Amino acid sequence: MPPKASDDPDKARRFREAALPYLDDAYTLARYLLRNADDAEDAVQECYLRAFRHFDSYRGPAMKPWLFAILRNVCRAEYARRATAPATTIDDAPESAEQTPLWREAQETPEAQVLREKDSATIRRLVAALAEPFRETFVLREIQNLSYREIADVAEVPVGTVMSRLARARAMLRSAWLAEEEQPK
Amino acid sequence: MTCDEAEVLLHALIDGELDAGHAREVESHIADCPHCTALMRDYREMSKAMAGADMRYSAPPALRKRIEAALPQPKPAPNRRAVLRGFAMGSAVSAMAATGLVAIVLRRGDMERIQSEVVSAHLRSLQAGHLTDVISTDQHTVKPWFNGRLDVAPPVVDLTALGFTLIGGRLDYVDARPIGAVVYKRRQHVINLFVAPTSNTERRPARIDTVRGFNIRHWSDGGLDYWAVSDIGRDELAEFGEKFEATARTNREG
Repeated sequence: MPPKASDDPDKARRFREAALPYLDDAYTLARYLLRNADDAEDAVQECYLRAFRHFDSYRGPAMKPWLFAILRNVCRAEYARRATAPATTIDDAPESAEQTPLWREAQETPEAQVLREKDSATIRRLVAALAEPFRETFVLREIQNLSYREIADVAEVPVGTVMSRLARARAMLRSAWLAEEEQPK
Repeated sequence: MTCDEAEVLLHALIDGELDAGHAREVESHIADCPHCTALMRDYREMSKAMAGADMRYSAPPALRKRIEAALPQPKPAPNRRAVLRGFAMGSAVSAMAATGLVAIVLRRGDMERIQSEVVSAHLRSLQAGHLTDVISTDQHTVKPWFNGRLDVAPPVVDLTALGFTLIGGRLDYVDARPIGAVVYKRRQHVINLFVAPTSNTERRPARIDTVRGFNIRHWSDGGLDYWAVSDIGRDELAEFGEKFEATARTNREG
């Protein structure tokens, strides 16, 4: 009889070795998805506990996308909790995204007026300003280096949708980027 | 290929996700399209800036600690449940340990219980009319009285010359068994000597305990357990015990 999963120290050891190296990755994704440090911590902790519970059914090969898929579901539950912020979700239709020009938000941010060089903090802010689901796709690709196939699995959408979302994300980011460069010092 | 198509596919080109055939198509469109060429240049620049920027966050140490703490530890400290499970699994070592533990607990508990009962019997005997069933300073009267009343008659020795006066004998009950009590007096102090057969025939040296303010000297010899109980001091009770043991041995050998 196999030992009870939750009591198996060997399972815990294997999980540590497989999953803990991606803690920074998971935390980074959670930060971009939730745009809040405390919520990101909670989400990552919940993600790891869920992942450990389901570690028996994990068949690999890539741990990172598997963790991300769990983390994404945790974050979606957090979105649902934040029912007071309906603007966080934007559908894939180009029109609706056009109605929320991101450069305008950048313009209105006081820091934007003093930052002409694109330092890390500025780029982070521009990325964080992207609307979902484009931000998620963009972060998985540009920061987490997942393949289109892996992103499709994490986000549970076809690869074609990943491609169109990524194109939209980069187009939006480019607009914000250029808008910021046009800012006078 | 149209610009609309190319604007999506050029990202896949940047990301190295296009097969060779599609890649050539996209590249040839870009080569002929200033608009898409400009886009491509901007996106590559953005990617370069992103690659050079610190876009990542480090998990706070507290988060790592919390997750570590929530996972089962690699070498869990044996808790009570684990010990019990060890017994249940019938490991020879733990079974022996368990038996030993139980035996120790029982022996200790038994001893305390019997000591307590012996003191109770002593207190009962001090109530009027309960001290003796047979009153005699003559050991040759007291000893035969026990015969027929107990399986094993206690030795009765005369210690009057040694300072302890035999005043009689009595039947009592300790540990739900009838037990012989030989009663001595030291000045006005009563000494009850309870005697019961034991399966242990080895001589067990005496020990003195104090229970509820009474001293108890307990020893075993010749298949009998002895408890001498009194309110006299430990030294006097020890003296009584030693003199009783010495005299009884002499009588047995003689």
